[in-house]
Amino acid sequence: MDTALALEELGALFFGLGVLGRLAGRIGISPIPLYLLGGLAFGQGGLLPLEGIEGFTELASEVGVVLLLLLLGLEYSASDLVGGLKRSWLAGIVDMVLNATPGALAAPILGWGPVGALAMAGVTWVSSSGIIAKVLADLGRLGNRETPAVLSVLVMEDLAMALYLPITTAVLAGLSFLSGARTVAIALVLLVVVLVVALRFGGAVSAVVDSPTSEVFLLRVIGVALLVAGVASQLQVSAGVGAFLLGIAISEDTAENATRVLSPLRDLFAAVFFVVFGLNTDPAQIPAVIPVALVLAVVTTATKIGAGWFAARQSGVGSLGRWRAGAALVARGEFSIVIAGLALSSAAIDPEFAPLATTYVLLMAVLGPVLARVVVPVHAAVSTRLRAA
Amino acid sequence: MNGPFVRSAGGRLAWADVDVEVTRLPGIGTKQEFVTGDGRRVGVLTHRDGHRELLLAGRDDPDACVATVPLSEAECNALGTLLGAPNLVAQLQDQQREVEGVSTAQFPITDGSPYAGRPLADTAMRTRTATSIVAVVRDHVVSPSPRPDFVFAAGDLVVIVGTGDGLKQAAEILENG
Repeated sequence: MDTALALEELGALFFGLGVLGRLAGRIGISPIPLYLLGGLAFGQGGLLPLEGIEGFTELASEVGVVLLLLLLGLEYSASDLVGGLKRSWLAGIVDMVLNATPGALAAPILGWGPVGALAMAGVTWVSSSGIIAKVLADLGRLGNRETPAVLSVLVMEDLAMALYLPITTAVLAGLSFLSGARTVAIALVLLVVVLVVALRFGGAVSAVVDSPTSEVFLLRVIGVALLVAGVASQLQVSAGVGAFLLGIAISEDTAENATRVLSPLRDLFAAVFFVVFGLNTDPAQIPAVIPVALVLAVVTTATKIGAGWFAARQSGVGSLGRWRAGAALVARGEFSIVIAGLALSSAAIDPEFAPLATTYVLLMAVLGPVLARVVVPVHAAVSTRLRAA
Repeated sequence: MNGPFVRSAGGRLAWADVDVEVTRLPGIGTKQEFVTGDGRRVGVLTHRDGHRELLLAGRDDPDACVATVPLSEAECNALGTLLGAPNLVAQLQDQQREVEGVSTAQFPITDGSPYAGRPLADTAMRTRTATSIVAVVRDHVVSPSPRPDFVFAAGDLVVIVGTGDGLKQAAEILENG
């Protein structure tokens, strides 16, 4: 491989992403859709095909998934998850039924098999905790009474991913029912063990990675995360879930330090992950899936608002707050792409899957924050008109 | 927050008659809030990295916040003092009312006091009078639980908790050594 050329391509790629990220900040949207667009532009049939760095970008995008999920796990303590499970399990189930169903139903309509249905269900189900946390902070809604309900829906979704991802990995790998069941059992046992260990012996896991020097600490955390992810991947539990569980098991003080040192790396590698997903999508196929993506976007916007509305009502929030909660949850993002990325590697997946998932996430990642903003004036206008009528 | 807060069941803290509700916000931090007699929700959001925001809910929509004000550590202290300092002695007296024989008093460090310019430890207050210095007020700013190396200055008000006899001795010590 020509190293000079590879370095130039990588440099151009990252610089280009930097420009896109800046643009996203300017217009106030998440950079994820722009990274996907960047990938589409560079990829097969795109403007500037990148050649010779696939080996690096493929591995880097895997590392990106591991870091995305590790940092997600680090955000939650085990007691957050157990507490959320106790309080919000019903809201979590309503959310799953309402939002996974449209994706699952889209598959037979498009002529896809059950594998495609399972993957698409995940794509439409899971909200983007990254985008939503940022939007809530930007709009000054962190102190609102509906916010705990919004966050607990996100917690439930992330926790459900610890089972959904292994199931999907097993199904995509075409495992027999027995070995599939074994994988799911492993994931379930791992989840329970991690929660118990983190609750009872939180310091033990942290002691493995902890170090007063930030350099040593960084290397240890990354090392342990990749080891755990690799082993989880070998057990067919999926690398991301391994990293997520590790993040939960690391106790709070250490988790904060880890978040600080890992965030820049996560941003770098996750950007590569989104670009690689875009690279693997043929832009020529996008126009054909736009109608389906639009219908899915409209339907799952409504179902997500319903799920948020229900969760907020459960915690005794008033009418406007329920709508705010619903609109806040609409954004889909990194998780949908993680699920779609898993599905890409399987032969059982229809070639239309990647373009549809990309288009859907592009729509929802932009639409979600906009809806979160306009829901308050729209609600005010509608209730004034209703009162006048 | 620690100190005179009493932790009670169900994620609530009670301070005198105010019921403070504590809510964990997964991935963000902890929210502590209470509803004022006027029906307004007031609270503090402590982020995971330690920075704090003052929250004030609206009147029309009590679920939403009309103001979210980020405060630095120094600003938190300043605001707490502005609101809390005048009440400190009254609160302490209130709390000790239940304990038989113990009361709270405040004594000035006068210009002639032998302890002006000397550390708290030099008074050997606890050993000599069995009383405790719980706070020092200087220029309307309260230093709660001053450490033994806290240096007194003329004009300080020393808040002391103890028995009636102990407090008399303490006043004598602060004035004449």
